[in-house]
Amino acid sequence: MNALAGTSELTRLAVRRDRILLPVWIYVLTAIVASTAYSLKKGYPTAADRASLAAGVGHNPSIAAIYGAAYSSSFGGITAWRAGLIAAIGCALMSIILVIRHTRGDEEAGRLELVGATSAGRQALPVAGLVLALAACTVLGLLIWVVCLLLGMPVTGSLALGLEIAAAGWVFAGIAVACAQLTASARAARGIAASLLGAAYLLRAVGDANPGVSWLTWVSPLGWAEELRPFAAERWWVIALSAGATVAFSALALVLAAHRDVGAGLLPDRPGRPAATRWLRGPVTLAWRLQRGSLFGWLGGFLVAGAVLGAAAHGIGALLNSPQVRADVFRYGGHASLVNAYFVVLFQEAAIAAAAFAVAASLRLHDEEAGQRAEPVLAAPVGRIRWAAGHVLTAVIGPAVLLAGLGLAAGVAYGTHGGMGSQVLRLLGAALAPVPTAWVMAGVAVAVFGLVPRLAVGISWGVLGVAALLAIVGPLVRLSHWVLDLSPFTHTPKLPGVAFTAQPLLWLTGLAVLLAGAGLAALRQRDIG
Amino acid sequence: MTAAIDVAGLRKNFGQTRALDGLDLTVAAGEVHGFLGPNGAGKTTTIRILLGLLRAGGGTAVLLGGDPWRDATTLHRRLAYVPGDVTLWPNLSGGEIIDLLGRLRGGIDAKRKDELLERFELDPAKKSRAYSKGNRQKVALVAALASGAELLILDEPTSGLDPLMEAAFREAVEDLARNGTTVLLSSHILSEVEALCSRVTIIRAGRTVDSGALADLRHLTQTSVDAELAGPAPGLAGLAGVHGLDVVGNRVRCQVDSSALDAVLRQLTAAGVKSLVCQPPTLEELFLRHYGPAPAEPVGVAGKGHR
Repeated sequence: MNALAGTSELTRLAVRRDRILLPVWIYVLTAIVASTAYSLKKGYPTAADRASLAAGVGHNPSIAAIYGAAYSSSFGGITAWRAGLIAAIGCALMSIILVIRHTRGDEEAGRLELVGATSAGRQALPVAGLVLALAACTVLGLLIWVVCLLLGMPVTGSLALGLEIAAAGWVFAGIAVACAQLTASARAARGIAASLLGAAYLLRAVGDANPGVSWLTWVSPLGWAEELRPFAAERWWVIALSAGATVAFSALALVLAAHRDVGAGLLPDRPGRPAATRWLRGPVTLAWRLQRGSLFGWLGGFLVAGAVLGAAAHGIGALLNSPQVRADVFRYGGHASLVNAYFVVLFQEAAIAAAAFAVAASLRLHDEEAGQRAEPVLAAPVGRIRWAAGHVLTAVIGPAVLLAGLGLAAGVAYGTHGGMGSQVLRLLGAALAPVPTAWVMAGVAVAVFGLVPRLAVGISWGVLGVAALLAIVGPLVRLSHWVLDLSPFTHTPKLPGVAFTAQPLLWLTGLAVLLAGAGLAALRQRDIG
Repeated sequence: MTAAIDVAGLRKNFGQTRALDGLDLTVAAGEVHGFLGPNGAGKTTTIRILLGLLRAGGGTAVLLGGDPWRDATTLHRRLAYVPGDVTLWPNLSGGEIIDLLGRLRGGIDAKRKDELLERFELDPAKKSRAYSKGNRQKVALVAALASGAELLILDEPTSGLDPLMEAAFREAVEDLARNGTTVLLSSHILSEVEALCSRVTIIRAGRTVDSGALADLRHLTQTSVDAELAGPAPGLAGLAGVHGLDVVGNRVRCQVDSSALDAVLRQLTAAGVKSLVCQPPTLEELFLRHYGPAPAEPVGVAGKGHR
């Protein structure tokens, strides 16, 4: 049997199934780069403006840890610095989602058996998933190239920017297809691939911020994206690293795929308990049982990120002398201290990640309903609100636990240089302040789930994406205030460093309660399934 | 006897599609009621309305004396349900799920659970992602049969089970029925319905087409007769109520209306009977009478008897 037979049919099927998702991803990522470029052009019209931006914020090690280093002060250079890494992460995420969905996702759902029984070869499915993701990344890279050309950037630099973004996607397509061979569950495979993406981000963050360990940047596929250095004497050979890694991971995946059973993972499935423990006795404990693994996984990531980025804050201080630095940092944080500004940015990004957890936890409701696992619980004497409560509770408590973990870890790591107790308390408080923003995002997910369940996934993630972009890119590109105000992430007090105000947090919490209440009320009235 | 389920003129639309179009269903307390219909006839939709998962679009539905939508939570204390397509939480074991579903209903009879696990030969320690379709179904069946509920709603519960397990299922349901449990059994495995159910309701395209005791419904169809005779029986051809007469030598095969059975037997004995096989109408024939492509001659198609 030809192991690759049927690949082209399967690829076409995958394209057909993703005919909406795929263009949306590609459009959004292209739009991020285009709108960032356009706004930078308006916000920093002269070469002098851009030079001071790049020399100031662009070379601050702690800002570099979060956004990467700026290698050129040209229009293209600051665009690449500001949007390159975000788009590369977005592209890598797209690859992971696409590949897992079309490989392990199909396998777990049992659809692969239908395919496996036809003349399709056993490597056809992973190859089809890979081909789709690689093509999507490449199309995205080309589109970004074209957009940059249209905005008047140099040809080679634009191509390099498009390539660095596409290449990050290629590598993670390879990583994802290898992860898909490891576990029997698509969720776990996605989790492993996403943790590797997080690790790649942290490695290059530490490498960029600390010249002593700059080799760490070279360990990370996201670091390669930066080191291509678009618009700053491009180093084309770096592409070979990405291409090589993609080929290596893909080859590994194909070897693994050829040597395992359909439906099985390489990591062994542990046997379960023959009977339930005493505490697994209601819908709320069931929700906790279903979500705890993912919460612990996220918490691990938050602890590591907090410790690493908290320790990196020590590098700040030497650059305080330039007035331009102060001016630009002021725009992010709204106060004088660079260290505080750094933590403000860090905690804001952490809040966005925590909101992503809250959305995922809320959307478990949709998963359970669509997977017909809500039915057996609702056919028992369990009201719909009680059924939903456990998952909503996870979405409420989860972000607080995650951000507390991050704040604690950052406080301990930063406090090793003195004032441990006060630093821990200060950073813990500051990290916890944006928790209500995550609740608002969870509220949106619950509301959409209750009112229009069919669109729950798309709308919830879409709203989170827009709110996050407004908060991350908005202030730097000087969007008008009423646009920025649409994002809940711009409303939290910019802690640490400013006086704490409870009022916006109360408003956000109230909004979250209203949204979730509307969703739950609708859930009680509508058909299930 | 009071009705456990009383549904009249039930309607439900999904967008443009009409799933239920005036369906009637009455299940008396203590009976095992067969709910028959081809795929897509509306069996599952009816059950989902009875469970309060879907809201009825019209008509009335009374479940255990209550409103299945409004009183869902309280009514569910008294019933147990096995869905047709059992999906379970992949990283929970079968044993955990059985215990959980039992506790949701307010406790599970541990002795009965162990007995059923043994009867169905189910390994409760496996993660449910490792179960086959049949084993997933067993998990739901054990949870429901061990629940002690007064009403069981079973939606094609044996579609993934092997014949041995089907037999175990029948035994278990018969046990419960003897103790007065009411059962609504949706199925298209007719032999199972014939073996278990005293009354059946047959639906098609969202409507009830026939309902009643199996014995009564049988009168509507024909008995098949296959006889080897000592000599010819010329009187048969002229009798009213004899259909599809097939005479080869001294061998006679035909379908006989219940009303003509007596007259046919007289003719046969007059000719001298060497061997005689008389088959009562099977549910399959009943079924095909309602759904068969050519209702005029359904029996010829279904003359294979019991499955």
